[in-house]
Amino acid sequence: MDSTFIIEKSVVILVVFGVTMLMAMYSTWAERKVAAYLQDRVGPNRAGWGGLFQPLADGLKLFAKEEFAPNTPNQFLFRVGPGIAMATALMTSAVIPWGDRLHLFGRDILLQATDINVGILYIFGIVSVGVYGIMIGGWASNNKFSLIGAIRAASQMVSYEVAMGLSIVALLMMTGTLSLKEISEQQAGMNWNVFYQPISFLIFLICAFAETNRTPFDLAECETELIGGYHTEYSSMRMGFYLFAEYANMFISSTILAVLFFGGYNYPGMSWVAENWGVNLANIIGIGALFVKLCGFIFFYMWVRWTIPRFRYDQLMHLGWRILIPLSIINIMITGVVILRGEIFAYLGW
Amino acid sequence: MIQIPDIANATPIQILFCVLSVITLATAFLTIYSKKPMHNAIYLVICFTSISGHYLLLNAQFLALVNLIVYIGAIMILMLFTIMLMNLNKENEVHKPRITRLGAIVVFCLMCLVLIAMFMNSKPIADGSYDVTGEDYQSIQVLGKLLLNEYMVPFEFASVLLLVAMIGAVLLSKKEKIEK
Amino acid sequence: MSIQEISLSGRKKLVSNKEMTFLEKMYLIAILKGLGITIKHFFRKKATINYPEQVREFSPVYRGRHMLKRDEQGRENCTACGLCALSCPAEAITMKAAERKADEKHLYREEKYASIYEINMLRCIFCGLCEEACPKDAIYLTISKELVPANYDREDFIFGKDKLVMPLEMAIKNTQLKNSN
Repeated sequence: MDSTFIIEKSVVILVVFGVTMLMAMYSTWAERKVAAYLQDRVGPNRAGWGGLFQPLADGLKLFAKEEFAPNTPNQFLFRVGPGIAMATALMTSAVIPWGDRLHLFGRDILLQATDINVGILYIFGIVSVGVYGIMIGGWASNNKFSLIGAIRAASQMVSYEVAMGLSIVALLMMTGTLSLKEISEQQAGMNWNVFYQPISFLIFLICAFAETNRTPFDLAECETELIGGYHTEYSSMRMGFYLFAEYANMFISSTILAVLFFGGYNYPGMSWVAENWGVNLANIIGIGALFVKLCGFIFFYMWVRWTIPRFRYDQLMHLGWRILIPLSIINIMITGVVILRGEIFAYLGW
Repeated sequence: MIQIPDIANATPIQILFCVLSVITLATAFLTIYSKKPMHNAIYLVICFTSISGHYLLLNAQFLALVNLIVYIGAIMILMLFTIMLMNLNKENEVHKPRITRLGAIVVFCLMCLVLIAMFMNSKPIADGSYDVTGEDYQSIQVLGKLLLNEYMVPFEFASVLLLVAMIGAVLLSKKEKIEK
Repeated sequence: MSIQEISLSGRKKLVSNKEMTFLEKMYLIAILKGLGITIKHFFRKKATINYPEQVREFSPVYRGRHMLKRDEQGRENCTACGLCALSCPAEAITMKAAERKADEKHLYREEKYASIYEINMLRCIFCGLCEEACPKDAIYLTISKELVPANYDREDFIFGKDKLVMPLEMAIKNTQLKNSN
């Protein structure tokens, strides 16, 4: 472990962190813009050109607001809640391959904070810890609406994690690896996993909506029933952290969808570009391709949010346990049969 | 026999180990001693997290993450659930009779003795008397092959056990249909 | 034709409780249809008018704040007949008549005039019926953009003659304009 390695990794980590924050910030702007456009309005357009400074103005406002804490015996937990939500939201970006590699200063720089061979499990683990931010915050608020919101969020996330994990198993049977880097590499050319595992993709997409608490599944902050859900009692930048963590989660889950199913940084003609224009340019275009894909997903998230109304809670649980889990198990079995078709045919003597 | 660690020349891993151990032990004791059920559960969560950290120090990434997902992400969430829904905040713990407490202490001391005896006779890792297979047992490929070849039968038995438990839970929770 | 089949709007749909088919139960097609509708709106022309920069065009029949008119010689037209108050559906207008003195001939056109003329702007609905009822062309609803300025007290919304009568300078200017034409 030489010092250049440490410097290289620190730069990568800092850039990834910065980009995540920036994307989360501008997701709030994009959300408002997309919502407005879908409703025949123009959205924020006063702060800067096209309202581009709106997130900064929002942040400034949140920082300047009075910080109000409810009369709760758990001041410490009340403060820790948003912190956990934010930290877990930012930690997931560590294993995502943003691009293949750049050849700079005479060394190959991997465009990934760390390539552990259990990358997907890491993401699942961190996401499951993320529930604690919501649960602890909601519980420590000493408010029944917050508590119900927290319980709803937690049970929803636990339920959908099962379906999400099972849907990904079919994909992993095909790829044979848990490392996101290798999964990206396998999808070179147009061998995107979505063409081979469409059902897995659909289930994963639905579960990603549920895991990020986005609209058809945003029962945890369902305004008509629960005021604001788990962040009812929060104000100022603490509430900002919860909202920000939600957008960071959305960014990360879009990225994971793009990496797992839509070829990550691969784009058609990447090898041709690498041969003719050089590796660096090919990979920079690759980063661009990944960002185009994930921005498409972020847009899709918003598009769905302003189209589909909220589920009822029993419908949500019905969808998760009775439909998505059996469907993903069937998907696993079909994938297994297809992978082992040679052996099965040999066994049957065809 | 027992090596006293050289604190001045401790490697970063040793320092990490010490910090993690302190967190593990402290939160484990706090889990027992804290009076509020919610706090107990949260201390237990921190304890599990630090145990995941121990696994990572042993280079067992898969185990660490599975511990994180299963224990912290699922079991403890369900525990928190029950605590939140049962509203156990009032301290209405039943006073345990003296004989149970005495028994618990005796069992604990015996357990300690067994553990100490076990660790005294175990081989230290550093002396190289283990066989080296050259296989990377932290990699999930190797782990999976091992589980599904060498330890196939116990693995399947464990899954059957879980299935039975699940079916039992469903049966218990299901309301009996009123026959007409 | 039975009453059940009549549809005045032409968009009547009969609600039925029929069993959904498997495809319908998946809702995927319905969701895709919904997404199609929203994305159409994404590219549609926006209805927003960026207010301080752009101003919505006034209707040709726009009715703004009232004004009590003066004639070419600067005399008030109003004769306090009370027809405006009678026609007002919101009962916003009230007035008190007085007899013109000999030395007030340059102020009021008729022998009777309104010594008090008040419109309660909180009640007024700007329907313009007072303007239609007036036999002397005395009250008009102008095209002023400001209807009623915001204020703190209810009393301040009762506009008296000080706010309603056309300013003398305006009357003079109008006369000059008329003469020059």
